[in-house]
Amino acid sequence: MSQSQATLPLRQKIEHLEMRGITKIFPGVVANDRVDFDVREGEVHALLGENGAGKSTLMKILYGLYEPNEGEIRINGQPVRIRSPKDAIALGIGMIHQHFMLVDTLTVAENIALGLPSSRRFITDLDVVARRTLELAETYGLHVDPEAYIWQLAVGQRQRVEILKALYRGADLFILDEPTAVLTPQEVDEFMGTMRQMTRERHSIIFITHKLHEVIATCDRVTVLRNGRRVASRPVDGCTKLDLARLMVGHDIVLPKITSAPKQGEVRLQLQEVHALSERGTLALRGVNLQVRAGEIVGVAGVSGNGQSELAEVITGLRRVTQGKIFVNGQETTGKPPADLLQLGMAYIPEERMRDGIISDFTVSENVILRNHNHAPYARRGFLLHRIIAEITDRLIRLFDIRTPSRLTPAGNLSGGNIQKVVLARELSRTPKVLIAAQPTRGVDIGAIEFIHKNLLDQREAGAAILLISEDLDEVLSLSDRVAVMYEGRIMDILDAKDAERGKIGLLMAGVRPE
Amino acid sequence: MDTSQLLSATVLVGILTAGIRLASPYLFAAIGEMFGQRSGVLNLGVEGQMLMGAFTAFYVTLRTGNPWLGLLAAMAVGALMGLAMAVVSVTWRAVQGISGIGFYIVGMGLSELLFKTLLGEVKVINTGFNAVNIPLLSQIPVLGEIFFRQNVMTYLAFTLVPVAWFVLYKTPLGLKIRAVGENPHAADTLGVNVAHIRYLTVTMGGVFSAMAGAALSVANLNVFQENMTAGMGFIAVALVYFGGWRPFGVLFGALLFSMVMALQIFMQVYRVPVPSEFLIMMPYVLTMIVLVLTVGRVRAPAALTKPFVRE
Ligand SMILES: Nc1ncnc2c1ncn2[C@@H]1O[C@H](COP(=O)(O)OP(=O)(O)OP(=O)(O)O)[C@@H](O)[C@H]1O
Ligand SMILES: [Mg+2]
Repeated sequence: MSQSQATLPLRQKIEHLEMRGITKIFPGVVANDRVDFDVREGEVHALLGENGAGKSTLMKILYGLYEPNEGEIRINGQPVRIRSPKDAIALGIGMIHQHFMLVDTLTVAENIALGLPSSRRFITDLDVVARRTLELAETYGLHVDPEAYIWQLAVGQRQRVEILKALYRGADLFILDEPTAVLTPQEVDEFMGTMRQMTRERHSIIFITHKLHEVIATCDRVTVLRNGRRVASRPVDGCTKLDLARLMVGHDIVLPKITSAPKQGEVRLQLQEVHALSERGTLALRGVNLQVRAGEIVGVAGVSGNGQSELAEVITGLRRVTQGKIFVNGQETTGKPPADLLQLGMAYIPEERMRDGIISDFTVSENVILRNHNHAPYARRGFLLHRIIAEITDRLIRLFDIRTPSRLTPAGNLSGGNIQKVVLARELSRTPKVLIAAQPTRGVDIGAIEFIHKNLLDQREAGAAILLISEDLDEVLSLSDRVAVMYEGRIMDILDAKDAERGKIGLLMAGVRPE
Repeated sequence: MDTSQLLSATVLVGILTAGIRLASPYLFAAIGEMFGQRSGVLNLGVEGQMLMGAFTAFYVTLRTGNPWLGLLAAMAVGALMGLAMAVVSVTWRAVQGISGIGFYIVGMGLSELLFKTLLGEVKVINTGFNAVNIPLLSQIPVLGEIFFRQNVMTYLAFTLVPVAWFVLYKTPLGLKIRAVGENPHAADTLGVNVAHIRYLTVTMGGVFSAMAGAALSVANLNVFQENMTAGMGFIAVALVYFGGWRPFGVLFGALLFSMVMALQIFMQVYRVPVPSEFLIMMPYVLTMIVLVLTVGRVRAPAALTKPFVRE
């Protein structure tokens, strides 16, 4: 271990970092295949690629979390060995992970101080850490209370803590693995501001994202991976979104839109004056009224934290309704457990896929049958029918283009976007009567977005009643027959697609009712 | 003899004094176990470590006449057993519940074997840790008798509680321990060596368990018998849950348990007309009731029993 490096007072600033010929093999997959990659001081370098292309893997190698099978890393021309995050930190590399790496039960200051030597040696110096954190927060516009516990923080604030952790350690080079995937549009704007401030201070940034307009807006250079190989590396200047999409997936992308008028059927989902509490015990839903008919998509727009997550949870039976009523297919389901809703033909694409969408230690196959495992065709007389399960899973893996070494791979090992496809395969293959889709395209690549959108429209054609909750206004506008705007636990208004223009929705999202 | 005598002042003081003394082995064992669990390792081998500690301390004290040497030897043996547990549960990533039981059986069997071959019969020592009166403090009426005329091991056990609290909440090491038990991946990404921390806590846990054994064999009882701990190590594990993985919570649980234990002993001595079997059950039944009542109040460390793998 290079313990000595961590204590070296004078470290060279990272002016040029190169990864050369990096190969990483996991059982059954070549995640990186002789990849070359480099970043220069003060540069924002985008790393693009489809879900499972190997972006996170390459960055985890750079941060010392994975050992590459081959290849070398050089800093300012000198070869370096990075065997653990400790080495990476000592060299001036910081990483913000795709799935946050924070200890929920500790405070912000404790999370930042973790693993650092204390200025008082054997006693923690959290007050010093807190003070210094506030200074950094000031410089970079990352406001957060050092005394707050992580579990009390919203997603956007947690991310600030992640960035502060790296800044506090004096990182020169920041690896940002899909930092904007979980942010609201407003938070993304603030985040871009922080990134600009960071490059002004001559920090280098490696930026992974699936949102191509962010690449165009903020990056100097872009490297594209496909199936573990580098397929392009070029300046962003002069590139269009379409160029980038083509590089990523190898063909042109056209996102589908609704064109046909809805085949308005009977009311499948109805909410009457629904109230519910949030995780923290505050009133999250304050009397929601909503109807979704068979064959239509109702989009729910709103700034995150205005009750959208809770709305999905009360409908699917995961959160208690404190007041009001819910009907599915005309039957009252208020207070019914999720299993009963399943019987009524409800399907759910949850927002937190790692927590609510899959069991990560279970195989892809097991995750796919999770909902129906005790019925035909998967089981008979209490026994699982493995041959049939295998056939169906393999078919779904092909149909939904799930990139996995096999159906027996633990779902937790898949890349973020492919985990989402496992959830989709399970939920959509049941031809649901009512579908609740919460942030269905969060963190998935542009090709997969096209695929998911097409599937939602197909379900609509097939007569499903779909509630689409999304923070991506483009997504809501291009897929919805009607748009409901949520603000502070209520539905401000429901607009027909033809009247739903951006400006109007923006005002409603801010709680202003246009005259 | 009748029940009213049990309520006299002298008897009450006697019960409290005994209760404090009886708490010391539970405190050592439970605080040690608490550190292990806080870092994510469940060690069910406490009982076996206690028995080995009790035997080693007793045997060395018997041979040398010096209980400090006995204590040191016990600590060394405890460290070895803790280290072995760490190898199995951290490096080999064995299922912790089962490997712990394995160490319990090994400790019990080995202490029995050593007892039979090296001692052969139950012996008593008079060179154990005797009661030490703390100057001035021991003169305070009632309180002096209860708290300040105890043996060294008892003083040590009670000092351990605030020290443990300080280490856990006020030092960088304690921060690492808490982080590793909650989210080892997060700690890992900040360069904290998860395995090192767990090795440290589990090995220290072994040392403390062995001290718990020594508190029995060379301080409280001055005798070694086969399986003399009779489940105390498992009670210590329960006390960690009971105490909500916090040092003062553990202290509260240990005191509650040992006080009821002392009461029960005095009730037997004074022949309270209740079958002794019921009296002996009392502390255990109480523990179960309180455990059931407190369940869900505090959450266990999130990574408890989960081996850490980076990939
Ligand atoms: N720990 C692991 N064990 C086995 N396979 C893995 C592991 N981590 C990643 N993989 C595989 O390596 C490939 C690359 O995954 P990686 O997470 O790097 O993709 P990504 O480009 O970050 O995708 P996304 O955009 O979905 O996050 C995938 O096929 C994935 O299944
Ligand atoms: Mg990734």
